[in-house]
Amino acid sequence: MPTASAPPTTAHDASHARDAAKSAPAPTLGKAQTGAEALIRCLEREGVEYVFGLSGGAAMPIFDALVDSKIKLILVRHEQGATHMADGYARATGKPGVVLVTSGPGATNTVTGMLTALMDSAPMIVLTGQTISPMLGKDAFQEADVTGITYPVVKHSYLVKNPNDIPRITREAFFLATSGRPGPVLIDLPKDITSAPCTAPLTDKVDLPGYSVPGHPDTDALKKAAALIARSRKPVLYVGHGAVISGAGEAIIALAEKLNAPIVNTLLGKGACAEDHPLHQGMLGMHGTAYANKTVAGCDMIMSIGARWDDRITGKLSEFCVGATKIHVDIDPAEFNKIVRPDVCLAGDARLSIEDLLPLVGKLDTADWLKQIGEWRKQFPLKYAKKGGLRAQHVLDRLDKLGGRDSIITTDVGQHQMWAAQFCLTTKNRHWISSGGAGTMGFGLPSAIGAQFARPKAKVWTVCGDGGFQMTMPELATAALHKLPVKILIINNAYLGMVRQWQELFFDNRLSGVDLEGNPDFVKLAGAYGIKAWRIKRPSEVDRIIKAAMAYDEGPCLIDAEVIKEDNVFPMIPAGAALKDMIIEKPKQKMAKPEGST
Amino acid sequence: MAAVALSSGPEHAPLHTISILVQNKPGVLVRVALVFSRRGYNIESLVVSADAANAQFSRMTITCSGQPETLEQIIKQVTKLIDVVHAFDHTGQAVIETETALVKLKCKLDERTEILQISEQYNAKVVDYGPDSLVLRLYGVSAKLDAFFELLQPFNIVELMRSGKILMARGLETT
Repeated sequence: MPTASAPPTTAHDASHARDAAKSAPAPTLGKAQTGAEALIRCLEREGVEYVFGLSGGAAMPIFDALVDSKIKLILVRHEQGATHMADGYARATGKPGVVLVTSGPGATNTVTGMLTALMDSAPMIVLTGQTISPMLGKDAFQEADVTGITYPVVKHSYLVKNPNDIPRITREAFFLATSGRPGPVLIDLPKDITSAPCTAPLTDKVDLPGYSVPGHPDTDALKKAAALIARSRKPVLYVGHGAVISGAGEAIIALAEKLNAPIVNTLLGKGACAEDHPLHQGMLGMHGTAYANKTVAGCDMIMSIGARWDDRITGKLSEFCVGATKIHVDIDPAEFNKIVRPDVCLAGDARLSIEDLLPLVGKLDTADWLKQIGEWRKQFPLKYAKKGGLRAQHVLDRLDKLGGRDSIITTDVGQHQMWAAQFCLTTKNRHWISSGGAGTMGFGLPSAIGAQFARPKAKVWTVCGDGGFQMTMPELATAALHKLPVKILIINNAYLGMVRQWQELFFDNRLSGVDLEGNPDFVKLAGAYGIKAWRIKRPSEVDRIIKAAMAYDEGPCLIDAEVIKEDNVFPMIPAGAALKDMIIEKPKQKMAKPEGST
Repeated sequence: MAAVALSSGPEHAPLHTISILVQNKPGVLVRVALVFSRRGYNIESLVVSADAANAQFSRMTITCSGQPETLEQIIKQVTKLIDVVHAFDHTGQAVIETETALVKLKCKLDERTEILQISEQYNAKVVDYGPDSLVLRLYGVSAKLDAFFELLQPFNIVELMRSGKILMARGLETT
């Protein structure tokens, strides 16, 4: 059984911190150091720049130790905000985001953020204060069984019982969070442990006999994949978040160009390969482009590169790519045979796998196939009505054209997210940050704040709905305090629009729990935080205000785009329906209730 | 999760026996159990003990029932746990397996002879001999235990405990 003593062969951005750590000799700690001080030395050694956190009693020794560190503490207004900031920081860089909170409710408020990071494979370290060890399990003030509560939402977790374990546990936590398939790792730190002396030296050694990181895929599997590809006349490369994480974009473009094969990407795969490349058909899935879905439905070979055949992608599984050869590249072997049974599975890093595959394949005869796809593109373009008031699609289309394509865009969850995915093309890796697997509302603003800390010179936009924005809105204070030039675009239809869309289409328009009457005036709200803000009410105002926001860099700014209330996202594949049952525009007749999950 | 139950699972859900080598870390049992419960698998028996050869590790033998197509996922998800070194499904393999049981019977003098005769046939040992009770110990493959308890059904069984199955690969192959 291979052990995990080697540095990660994947997620090169993530290995940066470790390389820096390796070059420095392992210093021994002074005897007077506390567990908390040792922890902070460990974080410094891992290359941590920022800790996103909210203080509290059980975490006080750690917050105290931060005072003497060059690590910058970003004080948030709610712990969920801290997790999404760390997540945005992580996704914008590949480096792990670090969260520091207190025990009990402080820790439980990180659960949503860890689920979000786990579902989307984002590296994150969550440090939670805990009551003193003799009081564990005795219902002490602000005590919660945090490791117990969080088992299902972490890649791994630790409850520290000896201060001398802190250097090893911290090294293991960073290694686990960033290597292989990244994810959140939690360290629960009782206050007596962080207060006690730690005499153990900082260490590079990890003790993880049950953990191994796939690098290059198996040679026989590569040959088999190459042989299957050679037979294909209607191939498609289906690119997911794994390609973003491993930086496989260049290799995938090279493969697509060599094969003459079209590319589609998932919501989270946006940016791995430039979406304006001539072979790129955009996003597939429930609200993907019609031509991407027709390409997948009509292909004779589909190769998943770091994507997991999610139910938002496959639709009705029994009708998904029936008869097509399936190849699956994934660094997590547990994804193989989970949803579909591929003809060949390549367990390995996405970039290394594609680079290994490149010399084994040649040009395919895909002229007819590409011609067909070109016709679909002409026949079923993404479109929206140009009349009848201000439309979200219009705002996002203009954002794309006025510099959005060179910006980092984070989103919240809902209709605006799908419209942004459709109309804001992503051309650079790690420029699209969105909660995919968990679909966590409230992700947009804090993830943009984290991304802006990570990439201070980049233009960072967050596209939010009025619903999700209000879930983590208090982080406006965090953005304002640090004068972060985050640009907040609220697509405001005063509805929880995606659910309203479903109620309209599938539930006889019986609206229930979707009307957001009582929304604040977002422009005035921004003003209360000293944040520059504009309101867009008419299509004629869109360009001027987007340009003004793009040029504004004195601090955060906000656009409240009051769009028409009852617009729907199309194309749409109802949950559980087959790709061929995609709806291009609003149907005339009432539709059956979807069978698929949510 | 039934800690220990009779070895016959729900209908249409065949029994599987899985051996897992884990690091002896706090919480590892919960992490493993969560993989099963999240995917609707019922754990029929579960034996955990320290690896006598290396205190860093523990052994788990899990007998469980559920849909066979889910099992591959369960094995992979268990293997994916950081504290799990490996997990193997031994269903249908030639392995050495054994289980121990204790049974307490309330019996009159005239019932004793028959109970003792059955016990002798099954190599069950009398571990407690009371004036109106017997405690018997039996080990062997689970099917043998099932058959033994079937024969004891006519008598007054006060308590019956089964340890759950443990198993080991044959020859030099490791479990």
